[in-house]
Amino acid sequence: MAKYIGKRLLYMILSLWLIVTATFFFMRIAPGNPFTSEKQLPPEIEANLNAHYGLDKPWYAQYGDYLLKVAKWDFGPSFKYKSQSVNDLINEGFPVSFILGLEAILIAVAFGLILGIIAALKHNRWQDYTAMIIAVAGISVPSFIMATFLQYFLAIKLGVFPVARFETFMHTVLPALALASTPMAFIARLTRSSMLEVMSNDYIKTAKAKGLSQGVITVKHAIRNALLPVVTYMGPLTAGILTGSFVIEKIFGIPGLGSHFVTSITNRDYTVIMGVTVFYSIILLASILLVDIAYGIIDPRIKLAGGKKGE
Amino acid sequence: MEKILEVKDLEVSFQTYGGSVKAVRGVSFDLHKGETLAIVGESGSGKSVTSQTIMKLIPMPPGQITGGKILFNGDDIVPKTDKEMEKIRGKEISMIFQDPMTSLNPTMKIGYQIMEGLIKHQNMSKQAAKQRAVELLSLVGIPMPEKRVNQYPHEFSGGMRQRAMIAIALAANPKLLIADEPTTALDVTIQAQILELMKDLQSKMDTSIIFITHDLGVVANVADRVAVMYAGQIVEMGTVDEIFYDPRHPYTWGLLASMPSVDNDDNQDLAAIPGTPPDLTNPPKGDAFAARNKYALAIDFEEEPPMYQISETHFAKTWLLHPDAPQVEPPDAVKKRIRQLSSTFKTPVLVKEDK
Repeated sequence: MAKYIGKRLLYMILSLWLIVTATFFFMRIAPGNPFTSEKQLPPEIEANLNAHYGLDKPWYAQYGDYLLKVAKWDFGPSFKYKSQSVNDLINEGFPVSFILGLEAILIAVAFGLILGIIAALKHNRWQDYTAMIIAVAGISVPSFIMATFLQYFLAIKLGVFPVARFETFMHTVLPALALASTPMAFIARLTRSSMLEVMSNDYIKTAKAKGLSQGVITVKHAIRNALLPVVTYMGPLTAGILTGSFVIEKIFGIPGLGSHFVTSITNRDYTVIMGVTVFYSIILLASILLVDIAYGIIDPRIKLAGGKKGE
Repeated sequence: MEKILEVKDLEVSFQTYGGSVKAVRGVSFDLHKGETLAIVGESGSGKSVTSQTIMKLIPMPPGQITGGKILFNGDDIVPKTDKEMEKIRGKEISMIFQDPMTSLNPTMKIGYQIMEGLIKHQNMSKQAAKQRAVELLSLVGIPMPEKRVNQYPHEFSGGMRQRAMIAIALAANPKLLIADEPTTALDVTIQAQILELMKDLQSKMDTSIIFITHDLGVVANVADRVAVMYAGQIVEMGTVDEIFYDPRHPYTWGLLASMPSVDNDDNQDLAAIPGTPPDLTNPPKGDAFAARNKYALAIDFEEEPPMYQISETHFAKTWLLHPDAPQVEPPDAVKKRIRQLSSTFKTPVLVKEDK
């Protein structure tokens, strides 16, 4: 196991290097630079700025400097937000996005699984149709419309939750719900089809022939086997949700990481683009690793290469 | 001998988009304690449905028991609810399925799959159940059972999985074991081992067995009595000797004639029964086998034949046994085997339909 994880970590570093390199060069190929959006600067001042941020050096020197700094977990200063480093932006934004994302994931997984399992057990009955209508709605209604609906009904009309901002737990409920609706619907559909497939398997009949009740069969025999597709989907979902959703954070006025991701690109804020991309990649790679480890735990047939000795 | 199971006029149908499929059409048989009854027939003849109905394992809906009784120890299980059936399944009646590769839960240890039944039906503690699981594994001939209980199905070979399935089925000492083609998915040497094991365990535990198969070789090996099913009905039933050495129904003749034998010479083609079984959404009028039967009489297309009794234990459902029916010669392959059995009545007796 340790050997396997070590090997995977090495691959992760390799992937990160590729991502950093690709982002670095694509970003430079894109026209414009961090200072073009403001009014025409006198050439001397622009030269000064370039020198200050090291943009006057040849590209390979800039690239080398950047790799060294990233290795030391230093993403450099932001070009737009003066006196703030990219590390500061991430350190401020990520905890907010993290809390919001975690709530959304919990909601999505819990309700998604419950809906999916109910739908599968009550296949082609009203419970199934209800769950699937909810799921189709969740997938087809974009999260920003869901967000606006939630704000209008639950916050403005009923006044149960605050409309926006990010202060107390109550503030996190609506954005988490809005963020969770699509993945929840997805998980519900995945769970349903996967459960239906598992419930038609011979070993479920064996379990029934043993005299086990429907509840025990579902919990002990079906769910674990039905979980793999859901776990697969969890990897990218976790990364996406944890680093924040730009739209949801904008609508609810949440100071998370998502907005930096988008605004930094229009600003040509090189260091922020790089920093946020690298950070997102790390989380994505880490959650994929976790998913792979979870596979091995859920299904004993999946042996992690280099884990236990071969059969 | 004590009767453990009596099936009377059982009718099962399945609701489908194409209409209602009458999979089992009036099946009656009984089973004594410690006896092995083989049910044979081609795919779709209703043998699996019959056996799964005894445990009420057919999915309902679309399946439905439309008539008849299943008396287990004198107690009709047809009206029983799922909750009541849970106390019978695994404890009184167990089942072994056809494909050991898919019949075990891949993500659960073999030991625990055996323990489940013990914990549920015998109120055993986990330790006691595990101890018993090790004993059961060694009973079904799995070496190193202490190590094997903690393994997963993918670490077992096909034959060993079927042994584990037998251990699961026998865990709670059931009175009746239904084996639904337990050797079909195994290769021949393993088949023989599994059959030996089942016979051995049956003599130790005095379990009754319903053995479903389409392999007549297996039937000769394990069964005391044989029921031949066609299109949802039992067409002939008797002891092994009666079915193999004095068959009376043309369908049984067909089955026996199509069995390869070592005496068959090389230039002789293997016989086959022509045609396909009828669509049971609309069962044909008269005898369901008539269309494929070269011995069919005119009346076979008009009226369903009644059951005739040939000996104390031998029954056949064919018009050929009617006193006025013409004498017909069974196929050569069957004629070669026919022997005069002492128990046969002088003339076949019509079985009165009693309600």
